[in-house]
Amino acid sequence: MAGALLLLPATFYIFALVGVPFLLAIFYGVTDIKVASDGYEIVGARNFRGILASPTFRLALRNSFLFAVSSQVLVIACATALALALQEPFRGRRAVRFLILLPWVAPISLGAIGWKWILDSIYSVINWVLAAAGLVNPMEPPMWLGEPGLAMVSVVTVHVWRMLPFATVVLLAGLTSIPRDIPEAAAVDGAGFWRTHFGVTLPMIRPIVLVASLFGIIFTFTDMAVVYILTRGGPHDATQVLPSLAFFTGILGGDLAGGAAISLFLFPMLLAAALLMLRVARRSEVT
Amino acid sequence: MRARVAGGAWRLPVVLLFGIFLSFPFYWMLITSFKRTGDLYDLQNNPFLFNERPTLDHWRLLFRETLYLRWLGNTAFVGVLVVAITLALAVPAAYSLARLAGRWGERAGIAMFLMYLVPPSLLFIPLSRVVAALGLQDTLWSLVLVYPTFTVPFSTWLLMGFFKSIPRDLEDAALVDGFTRVAAFWRVVVPIAFSGILTVAIFSFTLVLQEFVYALTFISSASQQTVGVGVPIFLVRGDVYYWGSLMAACLFASVPVAILYNVFLDRFIAGLTAGAVK
Repeated sequence: MAGALLLLPATFYIFALVGVPFLLAIFYGVTDIKVASDGYEIVGARNFRGILASPTFRLALRNSFLFAVSSQVLVIACATALALALQEPFRGRRAVRFLILLPWVAPISLGAIGWKWILDSIYSVINWVLAAAGLVNPMEPPMWLGEPGLAMVSVVTVHVWRMLPFATVVLLAGLTSIPRDIPEAAAVDGAGFWRTHFGVTLPMIRPIVLVASLFGIIFTFTDMAVVYILTRGGPHDATQVLPSLAFFTGILGGDLAGGAAISLFLFPMLLAAALLMLRVARRSEVT
Repeated sequence: MRARVAGGAWRLPVVLLFGIFLSFPFYWMLITSFKRTGDLYDLQNNPFLFNERPTLDHWRLLFRETLYLRWLGNTAFVGVLVVAITLALAVPAAYSLARLAGRWGERAGIAMFLMYLVPPSLLFIPLSRVVAALGLQDTLWSLVLVYPTFTVPFSTWLLMGFFKSIPRDLEDAALVDGFTRVAAFWRVVVPIAFSGILTVAIFSFTLVLQEFVYALTFISSASQQTVGVGVPIFLVRGDVYYWGSLMAACLFASVPVAILYNVFLDRFIAGLTAGAVK
């Protein structure tokens, strides 16, 4: 089979550098391997028991879910509004599209640095505006990245900022694929704006919305750039997530086994999201 | 006569509100990068205005006294090699998946897509060990080796869609005309799919530019960094943030990619949906 032969190089590459490392991650998880030493022993489930008992890990697990779910709920709500607003052609639509896409296209580590400046403890432009409007005391401005609650809000906001463009583009593509006469017929039948969209067009693109939000959840759940750059997981682990905790433990702390075990906790979530995605895709194929 | 689906008055405020939220950080990078240091750090000043004359100092510092140009060069080096590897692996794979008949081909395609969902944050710890065992730690080659793990699945999935949209009859006609399979592929399929292949090359390059975790993990010396890690980690000296130069660095690396991305976006979406719908 010449056809299958063409598939071989790519399959081999992916197996060697995704499949094997994945198995290695599981293997590391049951050893006591360290960066510094070559030897290691099998310790079974000890790492996992230790992790589950650690308050930092529990906090990071909770934060990961909180960040992924709350940012995606916000993203889908905002993207729906924005996609409906952008659906009809208007003058300057291409320029608007360019500006709206910037956060998704620009490297996230650079975008996050931009936010770090906007949320700076002393020179934050947001605080300047709030102080000018008399809403905060300029002597004691809010520390956007320094207080646990606000740091969380900041990280979620930056995730929303990052994912919103992608979700909007996907939703727009979905809306454009609906034949025009369907919403028009609904309008002729007397359906208003809300009925037309929430009763007719949005349910039609539900599969695409679901796939986009699952993709977004996977993306947010496994991202560590935003947290690493904005807060390093702080203050007091208030914004620590699984990927950043795995990085601090496994790479900076040198505890490869512990880090690998922590990152393995990402896997059940990923698997669930991927299976759900496939189910949605398959069901929408049938109808 | 067309029925109006919805009124338009609410559209403008919505677009304006989200447009400002999404593009404000880039506007802020722009204005910060041209402000004098004294102007930036004077709390009495209105931060939206130039209270002193604009300056090019931050840009000069960035290009003359930091490793920024080196990082851009490093990123381009990795990007070009990764795109080459990606195309070499993904074009044949996608072609074979597009032409494989029946459920087997479909399943292999889905498996390839799922590989794209395996994130760096699950693999970076074992891969750091693999990279070290190969003697590639702290070199750009570690990134050249590892980045195709996410560009290949992504590109294969997209290209599969592009190839599926090419009628099989065209190749069969070429075969009848005495071409070999390989010649038919090169002479008939590749030219038609060229825009798709170009799109995939551009998007693989932007994925390389956006990567953060692997570069942070594998590379420790400042001179070997890519722009995505060099700027946020190595442009900050100690605890001192040179905000003017930092913002210049972020803006300069972001905007060209955004322009490229926009040019190819429509093809990209067409490819995504073509890959999803058989």
